[in-house]
Amino acid sequence: MVTRYVGQPIRRTEDLRLITGAGRYTDDIGGGDHALEAAFVRSPHAHARILDIDVTDALDVEGVVAIYTYEDLEGAAAQPLPVLIPHPALHAARTAYPLANGVVHHVGEPIAMVIAESRYLAEDAVDRIRVDYEILAPVVGIDAARAAEHAVHDDVPDNIAAHLVQEVGSVGPAMAAAPHVLDFDLTIERSCSMPLEGRGVHARWDVDDQSLRVYSSTQAATSVRAAIAAKLGLSLTKVEVIAPDVGGGFGVKIMHPWPEEIVVPMAAIRLGRPVKWTEDRREHFVSSAHERGQQHHVTVGFDDTGKILALDVTFWHDNGAYTPYGIICPIVTSTQLLGPYKPGAYRVEFYSVYTTTVIVTPYRGAGRPQGVFAMERTMDRIADALGTDRTTVRAVNMIQPDEFPFDQGLIFQDGRPLIYDSGNYPAQLTMIKDMIGWDGFEAQRAEAAEHGRLLGIGIGCYVEGTGPGPYEGAHVQVMTDGRVEVAIGLTSQGQGHQTVFAQIVADELGVPFESVRVTTGDTRRFGYAVGTFASRAAVMSGSAVALAARAVKAKALRVASDALECSADDLELLDGVVSVKGNPTACIPLGQVAVLSNPLRYAFDEAAQAATQFARPADPNVPPVAEDDEPGLEGRDYYSPPRSTFASGMHAAIVEIDPETSEISIEKYCVVHDCGTLINPMIVRGQVHGGVAQGIGGALYETLVYDEHGQLLNASFMDFLMPYATEMPERLELGHQETPSPLNPLGIKGAGEAGVIPVSAVIASAVEDAVGFRIDAMPISPNILFGLRVEFAAGRVEPTAVGRARSDHADRKGMA
Amino acid sequence: MSIPSGSQAETAPDSAEAAYDVTLTVNGVHRMARVPARRTLSDFLRHDLQLTGTHVGCEHGVCGACTVLLDGAPVRSCLTFAVSVNGHSVTTIEGIAGTVPDGADGNPPALSAVQEAFRECHALQCGFCTPGFITTITAALAEKPDPTRAHAVEMIAGNLCRCTGYQNIVDAVLRAAELTRERGAI
Repeated sequence: MVTRYVGQPIRRTEDLRLITGAGRYTDDIGGGDHALEAAFVRSPHAHARILDIDVTDALDVEGVVAIYTYEDLEGAAAQPLPVLIPHPALHAARTAYPLANGVVHHVGEPIAMVIAESRYLAEDAVDRIRVDYEILAPVVGIDAARAAEHAVHDDVPDNIAAHLVQEVGSVGPAMAAAPHVLDFDLTIERSCSMPLEGRGVHARWDVDDQSLRVYSSTQAATSVRAAIAAKLGLSLTKVEVIAPDVGGGFGVKIMHPWPEEIVVPMAAIRLGRPVKWTEDRREHFVSSAHERGQQHHVTVGFDDTGKILALDVTFWHDNGAYTPYGIICPIVTSTQLLGPYKPGAYRVEFYSVYTTTVIVTPYRGAGRPQGVFAMERTMDRIADALGTDRTTVRAVNMIQPDEFPFDQGLIFQDGRPLIYDSGNYPAQLTMIKDMIGWDGFEAQRAEAAEHGRLLGIGIGCYVEGTGPGPYEGAHVQVMTDGRVEVAIGLTSQGQGHQTVFAQIVADELGVPFESVRVTTGDTRRFGYAVGTFASRAAVMSGSAVALAARAVKAKALRVASDALECSADDLELLDGVVSVKGNPTACIPLGQVAVLSNPLRYAFDEAAQAATQFARPADPNVPPVAEDDEPGLEGRDYYSPPRSTFASGMHAAIVEIDPETSEISIEKYCVVHDCGTLINPMIVRGQVHGGVAQGIGGALYETLVYDEHGQLLNASFMDFLMPYATEMPERLELGHQETPSPLNPLGIKGAGEAGVIPVSAVIASAVEDAVGFRIDAMPISPNILFGLRVEFAAGRVEPTAVGRARSDHADRKGMA
Repeated sequence: MSIPSGSQAETAPDSAEAAYDVTLTVNGVHRMARVPARRTLSDFLRHDLQLTGTHVGCEHGVCGACTVLLDGAPVRSCLTFAVSVNGHSVTTIEGIAGTVPDGADGNPPALSAVQEAFRECHALQCGFCTPGFITTITAALAEKPDPTRAHAVEMIAGNLCRCTGYQNIVDAVLRAAELTRERGAI
């Protein structure tokens, strides 16, 4: 029987090793290789000049092998780390050195690396290294950066790294002509990816081969490889980088090269011994990367129906101490803010500013949660001002199904036009309203109120550019025993790539799912790749494996047609066997076709022996391998799209506020989303669940608290509050809409970030609806909400129009 | 359930630190090692015994990834010193199914009910926190074999997962209870 695998909730092939303790994460690598271990001296100050580093006492620690500081770096390694994604608007890009060169710009910046026989001993030595500092003025928070009383970098006195303006239409005249205008501020605090496994690097130098193998817990193995080769002066062919099992990424591990990815391999080469470094939790908090911190000022002009005539947004993005990843996040905010809507005119301006805090690089959603927060809060403001239902205002502004492809007139993060490929937003709105029970909610609210319960309902809509290029590739090879080996360069951090890409290959090639094995993120197997980010793996690598599998299938049919003496058009490949259509007895197993594809047929195995029966006598006058052919049954292909695909979705929630404590609990949470063709619905659901959990963390609990000195006050799991199972909604319901993308062979749009993007907007909308005053900053914790409610009760916080009408109504009822 | 037998000894790397003999049973196997007093149980299992299935997520006892069973009860191995478990019995993720999970004999490894349920319910993504969940749930189901959904949430309320959003892990707890009843054993 022939099964189609794409679209099926197939159990994951990676699970068996992961549930039995047989996974191989970076710190697990090299069992018994007695790798030396690295530990780092990191700056305890947010901004300081290093006057002296004294390692004398540290050298006395038994088991210490080497200590490196900036002065030990050579060549390219002694230069600043690269700006990965330059942009003309990023006029003052600054990056760190692998080890601090003179000045440190945030707490946690690496200054010295100790290599010792164990991590315990390396840390003992770190404690004995004395660094003298001249303390410089810290710059903490967007307000301080904008005030620019002090500069983070001497040569950037205004602290502005980048400034970008985009405008579609003419906002000035449109705003002036608008019947209604509102303006307001919106804030999102810092948060971060915080995978359960931190970063890690394990490096081995092969003295005989003069080659380097590095394992890194990364989302971009091929680029880490290129960076190491460049920084350490090695040929690319002498460097292998492998992302083994990776314990979560969520964006932070797309940043590269980390300082540790340069200096740990450097030590392995210099010492001729394996060296590893495993990041501890505090290090992850203070020396990896954060995101999300932005302040927004919105001015919106609209007509009596709520249709937006002009939208003008200015925002300030806190990029931390350096800009190695460019300005991707604020560009994404500025473009994806528009969501499923088409304002009459749009102008957006942002400033990316330096602070003496940890660098900012993409975290799942990458600027989208902030943009969606700004847009959706704007929609709620308009609805409140007009006394219109919030979903009605959204519907009035939506792009209609017959308007695709829809050009927003902006330039997206990939440098390409922001053109939406497909979608049906009004249908999504209908779905989400039905799922959450939007139209019946007032009765539900009233009934709950009878029992002293305070409920609110909220909604948030988003469009997510997914699957940006420039390319991904895949290699598919059929072994002589019929097994199919697939390699992609892109990495995996739990998304089930080994399963979903095997599903695609099994369908495209016509082989059993079980015969396909997928290797990800191993530069030995595939050298050119971009990385896992921006919900691009399924779109990019999924398309590439489909194309590579099609190439292999075409060759298999061609080789088999020669053996079976018929036209390739008369053949089919099903369940791993090539047969003549209508005559299934005339057939060859795919493994034997692989044997036939190679003119050198040493009979190493039964398949090779059996295949000889099909081999036709060679024509002595032609070469055994034709001019345009290659030996072997394998195919390599790349997928490079003209531009991104655009997934979309809408979330809605009902929240309950404890009238006494202001604790916020989520009664019901619903998600409708459209990621195009679903490869594996079980995995897509898992991605959405996880995204929603991170979104809830960002909406209610997670914030990174810096004091005025630039010390991160909550750099532990005791104090940075990620949701446990007890913080999740009791009811989480998912609905799928499928509008396949016309841009790629399978119609995929990507689902990795869908769950997280609108959650802060949704929760703010619902809490505001419950309490009747504005929620303009997220996350909102019970203590913040409690404080706001006290202020509100004292008349010091303005109610929303809906809130005022509701309390008037309650007063009237009370009087009656 | 077959229990491999034998004993192995490991030595600590050279150092001036005082070292202590630790003798314990790990996954049914008698193990001996000489370690410094400050060696955590998690590092001891991972580095001295090469049992890398136990993962270290925070080293301050909050995330639960390093949870192992000490005489059947869940403990945070990152907050436990190896020397303090001298004479005790430890079960790690590698021993949770009671067999060596390498399928070396050509058969797929046997899975415990909890492990099987995790697979069925897609209760893991990156898998880093998974060993700690599986050990925790194994111990919890031994105490409460017939949990409600609320019980299931409570059982895993001390473990952090950053990938799944927990919904499928809660499902897996309930499914594991069901499988245990069907099999008559965890």
